[in-house]
Amino acid sequence: MQLLIFCATVRIVQPILDIMIKFKSSMQPLSLLPLVVQNLSYKVNEKLLLDNINATVNSTGVSVVLGANGAGKSLFVRLLHGLLPSEQQTIKWNDQVLDLVIRKRQALVFQKPILLKRSVSANIEFVLSKSILKPRTSDLIQQRDAVLHEAGLFDQRNQPARLLSGGEQQRLALARALATKPEVLLLDEPTASLDAATTFQIETRLELARDKGVKIFLVTHDIAQARRLADDVMFMHGGRLIEHSVSNEFFNHPSSEPAKAYLEGRLLF
Amino acid sequence: MQDFSTAFSLAFSLIFNADADLIEIIGLSLSVSFSAVFFSVAVGFPLGAVTAVVRFPGRQVLAVTLNALMGLPPVVVGLLVYLVISRAGPLGWMNLLYSPTAMIIAQSILITPIIAALTRQIIEDLHKEYDEQLRSFCLPESRIVMTLIWDARYSLITVVLAGFGRAIAEVGAVIVVGGNIDHLTRVMTTAIALETSKGDLSLALALGIILLILALSINAAAYILRNSAHRSAHT
Repeated sequence: MQLLIFCATVRIVQPILDIMIKFKSSMQPLSLLPLVVQNLSYKVNEKLLLDNINATVNSTGVSVVLGANGAGKSLFVRLLHGLLPSEQQTIKWNDQVLDLVIRKRQALVFQKPILLKRSVSANIEFVLSKSILKPRTSDLIQQRDAVLHEAGLFDQRNQPARLLSGGEQQRLALARALATKPEVLLLDEPTASLDAATTFQIETRLELARDKGVKIFLVTHDIAQARRLADDVMFMHGGRLIEHSVSNEFFNHPSSEPAKAYLEGRLLF
Repeated sequence: MQDFSTAFSLAFSLIFNADADLIEIIGLSLSVSFSAVFFSVAVGFPLGAVTAVVRFPGRQVLAVTLNALMGLPPVVVGLLVYLVISRAGPLGWMNLLYSPTAMIIAQSILITPIIAALTRQIIEDLHKEYDEQLRSFCLPESRIVMTLIWDARYSLITVVLAGFGRAIAEVGAVIVVGGNIDHLTRVMTTAIALETSKGDLSLALALGIILLILALSINAAAYILRNSAHRSAHT
């Protein structure tokens, strides 16, 4: 008898649950792509640092922002992430202007990792918990440990984050950024001061994230790294976006003189 | 020189014999100053941090005012509190004059600007470092403030100490609002002032030595705490 009631309840409840799940998935926000940048300029003290940038990024995968120091790459990703104010309508993610909701769906990893003066695990917990007043749930601890395992930092979990080596610090910063489950991950020269082994670990982690559908914008001046990771390349020089094309085309047939010079290793000023 | 040797022997005999009056005076000094530090921290930490982080109209004016108020003359603070809580004052009905509560209020007013101004400086420096990352996380300002206070906690120990040092050592405010009443509002500094004016220099000096030892040991404890935090490197 009890079994019968149970079965009946399941048959009634199941369709309702299905509808709820479908409804919830239909409520999922749209992708942030395409990214459309129109007439984006940025001035500091009347000095033009970014000059009328226009670009459309529609592809998933890794977009590499390539260029020499001072080309405006870091400034560009900061503007894309909304860390610096841009003029209205110049940056649109899926036809929406940059707002807090969109920014929350992105994460940015800096060249020099900014870690909190706390333990490694507390750095991860910081982004996982919404409030410091709520007690840590077992769910949160599980998530945290999974993140630490993935980053290969579980054994160092109780160490102060700032005592990690440079490479470990950057891995932690990347793990923390990914723990926020971003749809768009922006990275500002994340491996600029790291050795080959750590660079490899970071790149592997990025490839994994890309394969899971995270859109990646990677700023680098390292041509070899761009070749390894890029699906499309945005080449910047002197505050302007000189060239934007798919990776193969860019590396085999760069169309602009500065890009050719850069790829040939000539010095660009 | 005679005074010094007498004072030292008197100080140690007072301490080792656990002189009841002395214990009472030290106890009241500590409880008044600790309470004042507690209230000042409760107000000063958030006030300093908010001034450092949140942009609001009058922020610069507030920062300058806090800095200026760091040098408040204790006697003037005592006088102002006296005017407010004396019988004729607006809070006269609360009967606070010549009570330890009055002393706590006066000391709190004296050291809150110190704690707030120094906190602002420390939080501002840390905020410069954290700013981009915290904005990237899109946190509400309340959480940014709390994060900064928490992460600056070891540096803020020094701020608390500065406040405590000022509170325990000041005499002007507590003597005006406390009145130095024996067994009620007599603290170490007012007792020293009284004994000196009575001419009992060795007792005054003995109390002074104890006050110094107290201040020294509290500072040493905080120093050790801070250093061990640095070693375990929340640097």
